[in-house]
Amino acid sequence: MNTADFLSLTSSSLIAHRTRSLLTALGIAVGIGAVVLLTSIGQGLQQFVLAQFTQFGTTIVAVNPGKATTAGTSVGVFGTERPLTLDDAVALEQLPYASAVVPFVQGNAAVEYGSLSRRTTIFGAGPAMPDAFRMAVAIGRFLPEDDPTAPRAFAVLGSKMRSELFRDENPLGRLVTIAGSRFRVIGVMESKGTVLGFDLDDTVYIPAARAMNLFNVDGLIEIDVMYDEDTAVDTVVEGIRRVLTARHGRDDVTITTQQQMLDVLGGVLDVLTFAVAAIGGVSLLVGAIGIVTIMTIAVNERTNEIGLLRALGARQGQVLSLFLGEAIVLAAVGGLAGLALGTGLGQLLHLAVPALPVRPSLFYTVLAESIAVTIGLLAGVLPARRAARLDPVEALRAE
Amino acid sequence: MIELSHIDRHFQVGDQLVKALDDVTLHIGAGEYVSIMGPSGSGKSTLLNLIGLLDRPTAGRYRLEGTDVTALSDVEQARVRNSQIGFVFQMFHLVPRLTAAENVELPLLLAGMAAEERRPRVDAALEALGMADRAHHKPEQLSGGQRQRVAIARATITEPRVLLADEPTGNLDHKSGGDVIAILEGLVDAGITLIMVTHDPAMGGRARRQLKMMDGRLASDETGGPDDTA
Repeated sequence: MNTADFLSLTSSSLIAHRTRSLLTALGIAVGIGAVVLLTSIGQGLQQFVLAQFTQFGTTIVAVNPGKATTAGTSVGVFGTERPLTLDDAVALEQLPYASAVVPFVQGNAAVEYGSLSRRTTIFGAGPAMPDAFRMAVAIGRFLPEDDPTAPRAFAVLGSKMRSELFRDENPLGRLVTIAGSRFRVIGVMESKGTVLGFDLDDTVYIPAARAMNLFNVDGLIEIDVMYDEDTAVDTVVEGIRRVLTARHGRDDVTITTQQQMLDVLGGVLDVLTFAVAAIGGVSLLVGAIGIVTIMTIAVNERTNEIGLLRALGARQGQVLSLFLGEAIVLAAVGGLAGLALGTGLGQLLHLAVPALPVRPSLFYTVLAESIAVTIGLLAGVLPARRAARLDPVEALRAE
Repeated sequence: MIELSHIDRHFQVGDQLVKALDDVTLHIGAGEYVSIMGPSGSGKSTLLNLIGLLDRPTAGRYRLEGTDVTALSDVEQARVRNSQIGFVFQMFHLVPRLTAAENVELPLLLAGMAAEERRPRVDAALEALGMADRAHHKPEQLSGGQRQRVAIARATITEPRVLLADEPTGNLDHKSGGDVIAILEGLVDAGITLIMVTHDPAMGGRARRQLKMMDGRLASDETGGPDDTA
């Protein structure tokens, strides 16, 4: 039997029972649609989250005080470890592959200008911060290269801070009061939006040394080291560890590479995508049961026809492949409809809720269709085998 | 061309052994017109199925055209059925969703013949049986006699040497039954070997050779029908 004849014979019986073929295929379509839609959302979410992180660059290593024994936040800030100091940051700048080193202190304080006051997050940072985190200054300039231990009292505003405190007024050169100390505004950052719920525009950047005074802390919460792209990350980590161990007398810092963070995050999101795919898989399973049911009914209904085909010289294998073919066509057609359904719903969802990232994944799409065909194959095997093994005499005699 | 020697076909029904065929020895030559008659349960259909390779004997040997076909594998038997044997059934057994032409085409399709090669043969077969104008009708749109003519076209499309007919007129009125018999006898005249199972003595009496079965055995084997005297 040649392929074209095989296909036309297979589809003739599916077409003869249009309604029930469509309903059976619909079962698979819903399953595949669910898998495609859910994985699209999962993938979209994954890319969205990763983009949020990588927008700061991937060649960053974070140094935190204290030894983290688990993946949680270091308890060093409250412990007895030697704090990370500005001198440590200066020392790390001497590493040949460190292109930028940014000390960080963070706290909350009220920022006042005129009669307006706004309580917000204050970042004590170093002058290299915009380079390291790919942030741009909208007007004015960022904190200058002062003596890191005694910098001038300058402040750079986040874009939201500027609009809240100054409205349409030009903030450059104005004096704001932060926790009682006066700072001169020398720049405004470009809007960076929110990252994982944290509003980067609702902040004020001041020199790290000033922030440590302001919040009365003797250590930095973090030093970020940005390194040249062509340096291996392990070299950088080793270099940092060597410098800080030499300065502190022992290895008492936690070094986290951006790559590690991305790997962990990517892993978590992969599991998430897989989990939603598995939920869609449940409806696929239901669809598969539908195919088994309908093929079993078809074999029963067409027992006569099976006997006839055998009498006309059909081999057992041909009968088997005819029924198997029907199951596969049902599943494959359902699968294609499901792809269209899932992708269409995804696009619709994207139009309705633009904030929700929907990214159809080619991998899961191809996987879903292959799964549909495989399901057809598996679901068809039992009924088709029964059909092939029918005794032709009995089959012809069946009512 | 058909040589059955000491054929047994036993069925186990519950704890009882049913001897559907019991030591049947029979030779049928090429071009013979044979009817098999007998009461129901006498084994005539079993004999026909066995000759048609739809069933295998419990014991005995069956040679078709000199080849021992009892020893053939399932695949080889299927090929023999396809090329050398045609079946005509009481219930017609047309595939309801296929047109008359598509039904006739089935054996060629199963044999893997190309579509362009099949078409003229199907057209010719339908034409010969006066069904050319019904080629694209579904079986449900055809009368019983027309359906059986389509079935005969299908049975003869591969030009088999043997045509097996199981009560071919059993579901037809007198007039169309007569037409079908005339067609079958025409095929005999053209050289085909026709073996027909019937319980209708008038129908069976037309055959040149008449076998009567009783309890799985050949009760009589008479030669000489109305045609013979002609």
